[in-house]
Amino acid sequence: MKFLVATILTAILAFIAGLLSFSPWWGFAVTSLLVAVLVHQKAGKAFLAGFLGLQLLWAGLAWWVDMKNNGVLSEKIANVLPLGGNTIYLIMATGFVGGLVAGLAAMSGSFLRSAKSIR
Amino acid sequence: MSLTSLNEVRKRKVNLYDSFRTSLISFLIILYIMRVAPFIISTVVTSALIFALNKQWGSIPPMGKFLHPQYGFWQNAEPAAQSFDADLSFANLKGKAEVYFDDRLVPHVFAENDEDLYFIQGYLHAKFRLFQMDLQTKAAEGRASEIAGAKAINYDKEQRRLGMKFAAENAMKEIDKDPASKLMFDAYTNGVNAYIGTLKESNLPLEYKLLNFKPEKWTNLRTALLLKMMAKMLSSGTENDLAYTNAKSVFIPDELKNLYPQVPDSLMPIVPKGTAFDKPGIVPVKPALADSLYFNNKEMVTAKEISKPDINNGSNNWVVAGSKTQSGVPILSNDPHLELSLPSIWYEMQLQTPSSNTYGVSLPGSPFIIIGFNDSIAWGVTNAQRDVKDYYDIKFKDDKTKAEYWFNGEWKKSDLRVETIKVKDGKDVFDTVAYTVFGPVMFDKSFQDTTKGNRNLAVRWTAHDPSNEGMTFYKLNRSKNYDEYETAIKTFESPGQNFVFASKSGDIAIWQQGKFPARWDRQGLYVMPGEDSSFMWQGFIPQAENPHSKNPARGYLESANQRPVDSTYPYFIPGSYITERGVTIEHYLSGMNNITPDDMMKLQNNYFNTLAEDAKSILLGFVREADLNAVERKYLDIFKNWDLMASPDSKGQTVFQSWFKNLEAGIWKDDLTKVKPMLPWPNEETTMEWLKRDTAFKFIDDINTPEVETLNDIVTVALKNASIRLSKAEAEGKLEWTKFKNPTVYHLLKDALPAFARKGLNIGGNNNIINAVTHSHGPSWRMVVQMSTPTEAYGVYPGGQSGNPGSKFYDDYIDNWVAGKYNKLWFMRDGDRMDKNIKWTMKFKKG
Repeated sequence: MKFLVATILTAILAFIAGLLSFSPWWGFAVTSLLVAVLVHQKAGKAFLAGFLGLQLLWAGLAWWVDMKNNGVLSEKIANVLPLGGNTIYLIMATGFVGGLVAGLAAMSGSFLRSAKSIR
Repeated sequence: MSLTSLNEVRKRKVNLYDSFRTSLISFLIILYIMRVAPFIISTVVTSALIFALNKQWGSIPPMGKFLHPQYGFWQNAEPAAQSFDADLSFANLKGKAEVYFDDRLVPHVFAENDEDLYFIQGYLHAKFRLFQMDLQTKAAEGRASEIAGAKAINYDKEQRRLGMKFAAENAMKEIDKDPASKLMFDAYTNGVNAYIGTLKESNLPLEYKLLNFKPEKWTNLRTALLLKMMAKMLSSGTENDLAYTNAKSVFIPDELKNLYPQVPDSLMPIVPKGTAFDKPGIVPVKPALADSLYFNNKEMVTAKEISKPDINNGSNNWVVAGSKTQSGVPILSNDPHLELSLPSIWYEMQLQTPSSNTYGVSLPGSPFIIIGFNDSIAWGVTNAQRDVKDYYDIKFKDDKTKAEYWFNGEWKKSDLRVETIKVKDGKDVFDTVAYTVFGPVMFDKSFQDTTKGNRNLAVRWTAHDPSNEGMTFYKLNRSKNYDEYETAIKTFESPGQNFVFASKSGDIAIWQQGKFPARWDRQGLYVMPGEDSSFMWQGFIPQAENPHSKNPARGYLESANQRPVDSTYPYFIPGSYITERGVTIEHYLSGMNNITPDDMMKLQNNYFNTLAEDAKSILLGFVREADLNAVERKYLDIFKNWDLMASPDSKGQTVFQSWFKNLEAGIWKDDLTKVKPMLPWPNEETTMEWLKRDTAFKFIDDINTPEVETLNDIVTVALKNASIRLSKAEAEGKLEWTKFKNPTVYHLLKDALPAFARKGLNIGGNNNIINAVTHSHGPSWRMVVQMSTPTEAYGVYPGGQSGNPGSKFYDDYIDNWVAGKYNKLWFMRDGDRMDKNIKWTMKFKKG
């Protein structure tokens, strides 16, 4: 349950951070860390929740955008990046990069909570 | 136990206690660090990852930002159902205006006054084409290194040494002098900046995200720079002074005259043959020392231009009078040939105010319609190809400082400009350019041959002179008849253009318009002495004497980059002329009657190869068939059975092209490699005409062999050599002409973004054919306008209205362009505001 809450909360807050004009592109790293502090899980689980939250959000958004665009741009970009023109790889790569940052940030959040809790 | 030992025990206890306490604290600290350490390590790793994803690594964009669906490239993936409706308000506007977009995303702008009209044009250019405007003007100014890094430094130096910014600044002075024109340019600039002001990280054009930089504010100077970029493209590569100077050291004057003749035998000039010319208003006088200091000066130059414009930057335009058309009204056609790019150099639009209504293509970066039509007239342009750029030898007192140069018997102060070239990921580069009475010293010891050193060469170029070409288009857009057209183009100086014209009142006309130096015979073909004023241009050909023709009896006029006049024109007018297309167009137009717009569209897409027709008798007459093997004979047969059309699937065109190129090499290569850098080869038609005149002329012999070659030898060997290349092509399945030349429209960043190009287009043609498509160059806009009521107009360009590679409007015209199909141009009326053609509406108001 905690895992699911963390995952969904990570995704929602990351999406909101992406809408804020003052936020840098990595604003979701901060929100992912916060989620992991609030919803405490062990580091491994926190990482997974963060990773999954952003993976779902970014890959989902990319997929949605790509569908509305009829794949006009993704095919070009999948050739600019070394992905052999495969748009599925591009969507997965998008999710992976977001997931990795969020996962690591969430892990940091989990460790922060653990460090605080000994006092 | 003694006292001392007791103390010892006490001490030990204390020590034991101390060390226990220390250990405990240490243990707790370690415990704490162990608790915190994972957090610290994890945070450091996260930050490092974010840092890495925020940084550009070589050509890899900052991946975190780039892939972020809410900031990065996904944001540029325009939904297929994207709406372009908008309600916009800007303080700079004076009134209200509407922009109606049709289903091809062509904007039809309805404004209440000129200023709002050009404000909106600027806004729309920026909205759909910002990157190209920004990139092209930066490159024009010599700032490519800011984007491309160190590899562009020499390009930038050359731009600056050619005086591109100097030229734009001079144009600015002229613009500022005329308050009415300044108002238009200001309005346009404000419009561009109004759009730039709305940009956020997420909606930056894709290229900025890929290259990781930001757009720069627009200025009137940048508009002037864009027009100077066009001037360079069209009037800087039309001379070969440096190469010819070196040729002079090897060939005698008569040989040079024959190698690079001024008037080709087959010329069909723009001004119909037999037209009488006025007595010249200016007769330039050859300086007394011309023979010794100029013609017989055999000193070589080592300098070479790095970014010399493509010789194929040409065009076709023609107009037929009502006497030759089915409708009884004139039809005007134009297709400018330029390097093809995505986004296209052109942006289609209609601009309307209560006092004017114009449709056509505009140049993003400049206000006005450049090629188009209004309610009363239509006009088009081709390049004049005239030589308007010369070099002068400069003697500096000190080659290091370049501070003073010898002129008219004294040391004269140079105007020194220190150019600072900013380099991406590198240190600033400084370059000092000396300006003389002639112009900037483009080549000297510090550029580009720093080892042996160049001669100091100053450039005299008409594009440096103050002029305001924009106002020609402002006036043309509003011209109602021949007289107003003539007035509009009179002040147009650079680059020289052939303005073709048709009016609803039935007039047809053409003017080769520009500012052209009045030269004495062969003045400026070679580098000229610059130690005094005696070799300077003595004046300009009076504007009224520029080649022109109005309503000729034959009922048509055409221009296709050929020499504008026959040998009776009283001025020496060198240039890089192209003859064949003009001959082909004349051939067709002279035989046509009851012409319809459809006929004109077909003619623009015509594939007839005039050169091949001329060459056929020579090639077949001199090839020794007995010496050919089976493969070579096969290619000969393909050529024999060819219909002379350079159509996409033609194998004959491929064979001819290879054969003729090898023949040219056989004739010229041995002779012209005597000059370093190698001379440009004589034109195709020069070679052809020479062969027709004299099948035993001296250059046929290969000077590198002891034998004396005959035309039979050269023609046969040329086919044998061509066969090697042709066999290879055939093995790869590339013998069909279109596969052989692989027509491609590249993205502006060319090799850096091959994925953004459209390759392998199924289209024929060549630079010497009416449908002038080469590998990546050709008709950048095809337009046919019939001056009926209502006006009937057609057009197409190889691109799309949106510069965004993520939009379906990025390249949606290309397939039609390839197939020779046209879009019907919707000349919208005030009463059409509810028309079903309107897909989206953008409303502008003051606010």
